[in-house]
Amino acid sequence: MWKWLHPYANPEITYHFTGKLTPWFTWLSIILLAIGLTWALLFAPADYQQGESFRIFYIHVPAAILSMSIYVGMAIAAFSGLVWQLKLADASAAALAPVGAVFTAIALITGAAWGKPMWGTWWIWDARLTSELILLFLYLGVIALHNAFEDKALAGKAAGILAIVGVINIPIIKYSVEWWNTLHQGATVSKFGKPAMSADMYWPFLFCFFGFAFFVAAVTCLRFKTEILSRNSMRPWVKALVKEEIK
Amino acid sequence: MQFSSFAEFIDMGGYGFYVWLSFGMATLLLVLLVMNSLVSNKQVKQRIAKQQARQEKLKRAAKQQAQLSQSS
Repeated sequence: MWKWLHPYANPEITYHFTGKLTPWFTWLSIILLAIGLTWALLFAPADYQQGESFRIFYIHVPAAILSMSIYVGMAIAAFSGLVWQLKLADASAAALAPVGAVFTAIALITGAAWGKPMWGTWWIWDARLTSELILLFLYLGVIALHNAFEDKALAGKAAGILAIVGVINIPIIKYSVEWWNTLHQGATVSKFGKPAMSADMYWPFLFCFFGFAFFVAAVTCLRFKTEILSRNSMRPWVKALVKEEIK
Repeated sequence: MQFSSFAEFIDMGGYGFYVWLSFGMATLLLVLLVMNSLVSNKQVKQRIAKQQARQEKLKRAAKQQAQLSQSS
């Protein structure tokens, strides 16, 4: 396996490989989101209790799940960057952080817009909402640390440690609705076992979820490519590539 | 189709404001993220190109200087 993985420690090979993947992710995302969002807005049935406000679910839940998955991915990248000194792992963690922050913000904002008509308040300091807000601050901290140092190896180390320590927040978010009494409802969708919703709501959800997931992949690839270029700006292959593109 | 008219679709059973606020804010943030990613990609490439141009200029100047001092 190491033999197979080894070339991907080379920034040039990884840059071109990422460049090949990006259009696939982009198109998959556009197609899945077009189908999923149209389905969610026009054809999915209204909830029997929440009425049409339930349509917020199709953005809120994918964004919330992704905000946590991105964080775990970022922390794993940061960990491999710290332990095995992989520069590319630090670059990918730096690429993931802003994407994760945006999805956390979307989860919070759509949650507030859903909470207002359903609970009667935009915001409440309950466990689920507060821990998700902390996740946003963790992302912002990681982004700030990546930008705080001129030396990218040092920046990766500092941001990586914060990212790894912050992982403790992920199970807290996930199980907050079970551990504490909160306004937030329990999980509707789980990876294992049958979803607690009917198929004509579950299918559009799946399309939206994977549409957003491929969106994350596409944007992360683009940002990852930027990070690679910026961190290898003195290499001959980067100079040749930039010369070719800027003309 | 769950809605019989466009007005009904916009109204979202009375929850129009909240539903469109959610979809609008999500779209806005995603568009901003994509734009930021594209712009920073371009900026990094321009920075590298500028750096390169400056280095070439310095190299050329050094060469010229060397030639001048040789001929004199």
